[in-house]
Amino acid sequence: MNNRLIISGAPHVHSPENVSKIMWGVVIALLPAAFVAVYFFGFDALVTICVAVASCLFFEWAIQKYMFKATPTVTDGSAVITGLLLAFNLPSNLPIWMTILGSLVAIGVAKMAFGGLGKNLFNPALVARCFLLISFPVAMTSWPKIIRPLFGEGFVAGPDALTGATPLGYLVDGIAQNVPVSTLMQSDIMPSYFGMFLGAHGGSLGEISAIAILLGGLYMLWRRIITWQIPAAFIGSAFVFAFILNAINPEIYISPLAHILTGGLMLGAIFMATDMVTSPMSPKGQLLFGLGCGVLTIIIRVWGAFPEGVSFAILIMNAFVPLIDKAFKPRVFGK
Amino acid sequence: MKTFKIGGVHPPEHKLKAEDPSITLELPKQGIVFVNQHLGAPSQPIVAKGDKVKVGQLLTKNENFIAANVHSPFSGTVNKIDLVYDASGYRKEAIIIDVEGDEWLENIDRSETISREIKLSKEEIIAKVKEMGIVGLGGACFPTQVKLMIPEGKTAECLIINGVECEPYLTDDYRLMMEKGEEILIGVSILQKAIGVKKAYIGIENNKPKAIEYLAKLAKSFEGIEVVPLKVMYPQGAEKQLIYAILKKEVPSGKLPIDIGCVVSNVATSFAAYEAVQKNKPLIDRLVTVTGLHVEKVSNFKVRVGTPISMLLEAAGGVPENTGKIISGGPMMGKALLSLDTAVTKGTSALLLMNEKDSHRGEPVNCIRCAKCVEACPMGLEPYLLSALVENENFERLLDENVLDCIECGCCLYSCPSYRPLLDCLRIGKQNARQLQSKK
Repeated sequence: MNNRLIISGAPHVHSPENVSKIMWGVVIALLPAAFVAVYFFGFDALVTICVAVASCLFFEWAIQKYMFKATPTVTDGSAVITGLLLAFNLPSNLPIWMTILGSLVAIGVAKMAFGGLGKNLFNPALVARCFLLISFPVAMTSWPKIIRPLFGEGFVAGPDALTGATPLGYLVDGIAQNVPVSTLMQSDIMPSYFGMFLGAHGGSLGEISAIAILLGGLYMLWRRIITWQIPAAFIGSAFVFAFILNAINPEIYISPLAHILTGGLMLGAIFMATDMVTSPMSPKGQLLFGLGCGVLTIIIRVWGAFPEGVSFAILIMNAFVPLIDKAFKPRVFGK
Repeated sequence: MKTFKIGGVHPPEHKLKAEDPSITLELPKQGIVFVNQHLGAPSQPIVAKGDKVKVGQLLTKNENFIAANVHSPFSGTVNKIDLVYDASGYRKEAIIIDVEGDEWLENIDRSETISREIKLSKEEIIAKVKEMGIVGLGGACFPTQVKLMIPEGKTAECLIINGVECEPYLTDDYRLMMEKGEEILIGVSILQKAIGVKKAYIGIENNKPKAIEYLAKLAKSFEGIEVVPLKVMYPQGAEKQLIYAILKKEVPSGKLPIDIGCVVSNVATSFAAYEAVQKNKPLIDRLVTVTGLHVEKVSNFKVRVGTPISMLLEAAGGVPENTGKIISGGPMMGKALLSLDTAVTKGTSALLLMNEKDSHRGEPVNCIRCAKCVEACPMGLEPYLLSALVENENFERLLDENVLDCIECGCCLYSCPSYRPLLDCLRIGKQNARQLQSKK
């Protein structure tokens, strides 16, 4: 009898939460956006998603098994998230080999080189996206047009123009050529705000639909996988900053709503900036982190060389996380 | 509803069979009485092999202030004094008594009549509590008379009684409140008199509405005793959290409750004080919950200290085949028993049987910085950081990060999705940090 007793330190019970459940919870939250992507971009989107997920899983497994000489932990779902998020940040028509190369950078360079799950400083999917954007700027910015409308929203191009600018890219380029914002907004290729909300416009395959991303965000909030601080501070600060600029001169600064609903802001604020591993721990730190992301995004979009600033903003703020964690410590009881 | 503010967790309560009355267990054939059943300086036995002892007879001596007497819970002959495994898995000195009959010292009042009038003076109460070996039954077994002696320059303003029973599964304090409510309240009055305070609060979590109602009704006929219902939250039974929940006052880091005018005791301790002062009875018996999801007869047993735990397990229907772990105490802070050849002590609140499936800890994986441990820590510490510092043996910084404020409640490990051994690391860290501090 005595030989069978198990000895371990207290506590002897555990909350039902574990890493796999959290990670697969994020995967579930990503599904609505994936469905929307397949709806608007068709089979290409499905292929890109599958290739990214499969290659992320393969690289994680191979590196753990043959380089770390450890038991692979690919079933924990974290590589699936990286794969999904990477695919979400790519145009659906990107050549497959580039997607595979991106997966190698995400898993191999941004995650495993730092020691694997939980050790990486920067969001792996974003590192890979920026690597691809800088290495293959043309392929990474040739956005496919949507193949079918939804609720009458969305401009479906004829067979002669399969790719075109994203709404955000179109606005930023137009402003650079001194076209007034009001003229740009009336263009055929600019969706209505409702269309932006649905996602009926070109762009990276997972970033287009605000509603699908919000659904996933609400699910993660309900599961207590993320907290409200980062998305609220990110979207809120971007909105306020854009609102001020827009109030100063609405003809050269686009409306705050257009900033929020176009480009990768929603995807970034809800899925990328909230990554537990690369974001601050304390609620106050998370607010500051979100604020930094929002402000930097608008600065890069308005005054930077790239039309989109979300990825760079989050990566820059990732670098500040250790400092933020040091600055915002919880209050010790009785101190 | 009141509770504490920082951190805390709410594990499934599993207060099984809480409404069943407690069962008095028969005497064992042989009792195992540990010489040291308190926190503090070690005692020496004053009986030897072959000595005849009676129930209530003093078995140990100790010259120190922070110490508690141990009395014989049995009558019979001392068989031997030997080393026996205790709940922590160490072999400790114990007096083994062959039980013969049940002969009590004559000056102990064994009647059930409730004696309400407190005749002893403040000093006499404290002396009696010391003489009768009363220790804190909330878990720590700290000698009660030490808490009752208010240090020079400090004043007690109120007494706080822990009737929270925040550990899942445990129901012994609840049964005691339901069955010995009036005695507990007299005990509280005794403690009030000993520390010279008018006000006493009894904190009870609202998963025990009957106990709240019953004690509140009884308290109307007592001076200055108030029952405070509290929201269910672990670790509300920890004294700093309990004081905050009731008074919204924080005990400063590194200080004691008395520094903010509070003395904290527990319902079972109050009952023991009642028996000691009003009945001249030493602390020789207590209620023990024997519980577990797969245990056949989950019950609260009234047993003598020194009763072998095998007897308790048998009375609860035996150890089921699929049992993996037997815990002395609750699931959050209890100790997994190494050996079943041990016995009930003053501090044994429960025996919790876990089935094989629930007995294993999850395999630890990398920290994913989810901050759940930080959220759960009731002391406002950062367990993920502290455990990393322990792994890097950075004990200097551990002190700066307030590792010594850790109350070892286990909320961090409970909530860690990566199953990191956070509390284990923190215990090692506290030990090393204390050594470093004493060197300074």
